[in-house]
Amino acid sequence: MSIILKTEKLRVEFTSGELRQTTKVALGSLDLEVNVGEVFGFLGPNGAGKTTAINVLLGFVPPTRGAAYLFGIDVRQPIARQRIGYLPELTYYYKFLTAEELLRFYARIFGLPRTEADQRIDQLLKLVELEQARKRPIKSYSKGMQQRVGLAQALINNPDLLILDEPTSGLDPLGRMKVREIIQRLKNEGKTVFFSSHELGEVETVCDRVAIINQGELKATGRVSDLVAQHQANLEKAFLDIVGYQPQSAS
Amino acid sequence: MNTIGALAGVVIKEMYRRKDFYVLFVLTALITIAAGMVNFFHDPKIVRYVKDICMLLIWISALLIAIVTTARQIPAERESRTIFPLLAKPVTRGQFILGKFFGCWLATGMALLVFYVFFAIITGSREQHWPWLTYLQAIWLQWAMLAVVIALSLCGSIISAAPSSTTTICFIAVAGILLVGGHLNTVALHQSQPLQTIFYTIYFLIPHLEWFDIRDRMIYDWGLVNWLDCVLATLYAAAYTGLFLLLTWLGFRRKSLNT
Repeated sequence: MSIILKTEKLRVEFTSGELRQTTKVALGSLDLEVNVGEVFGFLGPNGAGKTTAINVLLGFVPPTRGAAYLFGIDVRQPIARQRIGYLPELTYYYKFLTAEELLRFYARIFGLPRTEADQRIDQLLKLVELEQARKRPIKSYSKGMQQRVGLAQALINNPDLLILDEPTSGLDPLGRMKVREIIQRLKNEGKTVFFSSHELGEVETVCDRVAIINQGELKATGRVSDLVAQHQANLEKAFLDIVGYQPQSAS
Repeated sequence: MNTIGALAGVVIKEMYRRKDFYVLFVLTALITIAAGMVNFFHDPKIVRYVKDICMLLIWISALLIAIVTTARQIPAERESRTIFPLLAKPVTRGQFILGKFFGCWLATGMALLVFYVFFAIITGSREQHWPWLTYLQAIWLQWAMLAVVIALSLCGSIISAAPSSTTTICFIAVAGILLVGGHLNTVALHQSQPLQTIFYTIYFLIPHLEWFDIRDRMIYDWGLVNWLDCVLATLYAAAYTGLFLLLTWLGFRRKSLNT
């Protein structure tokens, strides 16, 4: 199976304080491989380094050591991002634009011809159920609608790899269900989905494989069913065991 | 070019959907019309005062639009986090900076055009005289000067994350250059060392924005500027604009952006 996303001994340090003397290791030495067509869950408690890893993959943060590749191309080269779609945790879009204008803007960035862009925009607005609101400014949208615009922009270039950072964060159960359905549909179309999430039930439902990191180190990786079998519990219990959570005994 | 054009388009849309430009235009129009209706000292050449006031307001308004629009671009992208989905696409940081620059420059140019059309209508209706080529030279030189100001503001917005401080610093710097920049060499002559060297160094380093100001030629009908001088001024502005954009890119290209 060919590898679509890969990190090799990825290390990220942040320096802060006067004279930059304080160093925080956000990622120790991360080795990850995601295969084509997989739905891959990237799990870890808050501050584990999930977002830092995604930031490196997207070229926002340069690695201190090691390397990361998308489609075999070093992520430091912008062309590595030509075939990916990214959905951030919260909605970050130009609120003075309408959904249609926003999608047209991103389509132009990918160099889509006008007719193809028009077709794609129509398809995506239908997929995320925003056809009625396409001419309204994004600032007038509810949080769920904004997240769906986010999903539409992530799909504008018909990407082969989707990177989703907590895609269902803050959504109501209906919104979560819709996002889950879309992920499932993309999987059926043969797309690769790499996503971080705290919703372990959701991960168990949609993911083929998962990686669990804690304090910048990879703790476990494998098929969800294997991890569950290995720990003789559900994914939540397995996750807590792997990150070393010790329940405090009731006094 | 497609990416730069798309980025510039968003900046232009943002400008015409915000109220800054309209407020400044209405203010300029009201003050100019009010000034035009008053008869100062029963002077038959009253239109000169109107021209003077209107041009001063156009210069101040254009500088405000250019600096305020530019200074907020990158900090606002980072604060509202719109920069993340954008840079997650195949957009280089160089393209991002160029897109912002061209967007701000074109938006300011459009605003400038509206102001000059208003100026031409007001003064032309009073004088029955339309020196189109002088207007063209004035608008072109002012726009070229604004390219330097916009590039400088963009550079400032990389150093300081707060748009308000970038705006203030840039406005003071630009006003300082326009008001005293051209006299620094004269001041240097009367100084002892090392102040003389410092003043001369500043004089030769700063972009001389005052060279682009041909308001007096328009007000007193002194005729056209030599076209060769216009070309040289354009090249001079392009050189400083390029320098500031290069500094902006150097400061921004390796900057970590944490979501």
